[in-house]
Amino acid sequence: MKLTGAQIMMKVLKEEGVDTIFGYPGGAVIDIYDELEKSDIRHILVRQEACAVHAADGYARAGSRVGVCLVTSGPGATNTVSGIASAYMDSIPVVIFTGQVPTHLIGNDAFQEVDTVGITRPCTKHNYLVKRTEDLARIIKEAFMIAKSGRPGPVLIDIPKNVGVTAVDYKPVKKVNLKSYNPTYSPNVKQLHKVVELIKNTNKPMIFAGGGVILSGAAKELTELARKTQIPVTTSLMGLGGFPGTDPLWLGMIGMHGTYRANMCTGECDLLIGIGVRFDDRVTGKTDAFAANAKIVHIDIDPTSIRKNIPVTAPVVGDCKITLAKLNQLLNKEDLGNLKKKRKKWLDQIQRWIDTQPLAYKQKDIIKPQYVVETLYKLTKGKAIITTEVGQNQMWAAQYYHFDQPNHFITSGGLGCMGFGLPAAIGAQLACPDKLVVDVAGDGSIQMNIQEMTTAVQCGLPIKIVILNNGYLGMVRQWQQLFFNKCYAATCLDCAPDFVKLAEAYGAEGLRATKPEEVETVLKKGLASKNPVIMDFRVDREECVYPMVPAGAPVTEMLLV
Amino acid sequence: MIEEKHILSILVDNEPGVLSRISGLFSGRGFNIESLCVAETMDPQVSRVTLVTNGNPPVIEQIEKQLNKLINVIKVHDLTGKEYVKREMALIKVVAKSEHRAEILRTVDIFRCKVVDVSPEHYTIEVTGDEEKMQAILNLLKPIGIKEIARTGMIALFRNSK
Repeated sequence: MKLTGAQIMMKVLKEEGVDTIFGYPGGAVIDIYDELEKSDIRHILVRQEACAVHAADGYARAGSRVGVCLVTSGPGATNTVSGIASAYMDSIPVVIFTGQVPTHLIGNDAFQEVDTVGITRPCTKHNYLVKRTEDLARIIKEAFMIAKSGRPGPVLIDIPKNVGVTAVDYKPVKKVNLKSYNPTYSPNVKQLHKVVELIKNTNKPMIFAGGGVILSGAAKELTELARKTQIPVTTSLMGLGGFPGTDPLWLGMIGMHGTYRANMCTGECDLLIGIGVRFDDRVTGKTDAFAANAKIVHIDIDPTSIRKNIPVTAPVVGDCKITLAKLNQLLNKEDLGNLKKKRKKWLDQIQRWIDTQPLAYKQKDIIKPQYVVETLYKLTKGKAIITTEVGQNQMWAAQYYHFDQPNHFITSGGLGCMGFGLPAAIGAQLACPDKLVVDVAGDGSIQMNIQEMTTAVQCGLPIKIVILNNGYLGMVRQWQQLFFNKCYAATCLDCAPDFVKLAEAYGAEGLRATKPEEVETVLKKGLASKNPVIMDFRVDREECVYPMVPAGAPVTEMLLV
Repeated sequence: MIEEKHILSILVDNEPGVLSRISGLFSGRGFNIESLCVAETMDPQVSRVTLVTNGNPPVIEQIEKQLNKLINVIKVHDLTGKEYVKREMALIKVVAKSEHRAEILRTVDIFRCKVVDVSPEHYTIEVTGDEEKMQAILNLLKPIGIKEIARTGMIALFRNSK
């Protein structure tokens, strides 16, 4: 059977179970779009290509599947780079199709030509330039396999125009065979026995979990481990929801804006079990001082994560879910003794830290951003999917919304890419049509990709945008306040659009609150709407995120409220 | 921690762009490349990259792990500390005035090198050996006058068939 490259692409995408593609058309992909239109795959037209990747990212996270996008060559491809880099840092499975000029023009500086594979090489898990239509089916199959297996990540496929047009004999590819790619899922049992011994022989253990727990679907196994061994749990930003945020063993988030108790624990603990984490600098602060008195267990599927930043006592390479299930099995056979008694001193110490320094803010007659997030949490009973932009809004969302389930907190963690939240909310809403999806935003970052309001309106997606509007690029302003003598260089945004009118201009609803007593009413009204809504909360302009660990300081040395 | 020189023998898919993935990994993560040699193996689908790098033990560990993470990398061997043979080749163009010609030829003889090109002013010498031999002959020829030099960089193999 002779099929064109574009037809082959649709066939393989169907085989891979793809039902939604985020994209933006152009000359180099017009043939592919022609086939896409004839297929039953849903296409979501974003308004800028980075948002196609962010939306696919949100779709992948909320729906636990591979996100797919399609953009044209040249500027279409270069625009995707921020989205790809963000997905790469957060290990999100996304497959990106980019158009390319015809093979005979490659290297000639043709119209809308860039070296897409060269540009994206350092920010993809892998990428391909398809030179022959005969290779297309195999490459797409490989790309999906690579994107979702091992430590997931974005994979890009660059398709020259003639490869999409040429018709060849199509032979379905049944099996992907990559001799050099073989991620380790099952942990070394010897290492796990070491971990069991460490758990038995230490008195002040803590668990530090991260995005790996969410990605491998290990939240249940992690919760079982923590409760069985009575070990308190903190997570990184990426790990929020991996352990119930309302559990008594929950320490809150760790790191630069982590809770006092979580950060103090790292200084005092004698065993730190890192699970699906990479000991990022925003977590560890000064690495020499991080968990300096502790033996460290590090479980991760990516061997490069282990001993990259922190020396490790017991490295375990494996998938978090499989590893934790095995560890739980081993622990079931052990006599752990009277844990309540054994852990009492340690858990009492943690309670004292909670009592002396809880997460807090001072309520005044002006709206506090934390109060908005708290009220949002109360009204949604913690059930909403929260996406965030980047900066203070992101940290307050992480601190004051308590996540009991995985895949409910979607944020650009590693790259810290402003403009992520709105397109990610669109993706999340499409993956979970019955869920309430809220983007917690700042007035700065929402303007990075505000054009996606059109996408939300066009697709009838009832996403809610909560703008914590302080008229500043708040996080940078906070650093300027604390470390640069309040010289607010380029961070004041006192010239801004009227977000209520802007919402209406896009065909969405706009609401505003300027006093604390209006917050609940506005949230209630906005959340109840069946339309996309922008809620503009005029918050305390110079509120800071606390606790804060200054960059490069030990995490136990926090600036507090 | 002590920085040490390591010779990595890397088998990779023989595809366009693979070298760029490797060199990009080194530049992007701030690792060093001292020398690098690439050529096809007996299997035309596989190439061998011999790469000389230096770093302290954790850095070398990261380099190996990061290389292994590349989809096109089939196998990474660190030869350092194991039984292996290593060779480098150089072509050295030496200024050969009449009063030095005999001395140059004697040196070539002692080092078991070859003169591969002769002109009224120059000898071009082919040298094969390890780093010490390279250094030794360069030290001897330098006072006479080296016009140009081209070196291949190190290639190496395990002694047993690994």
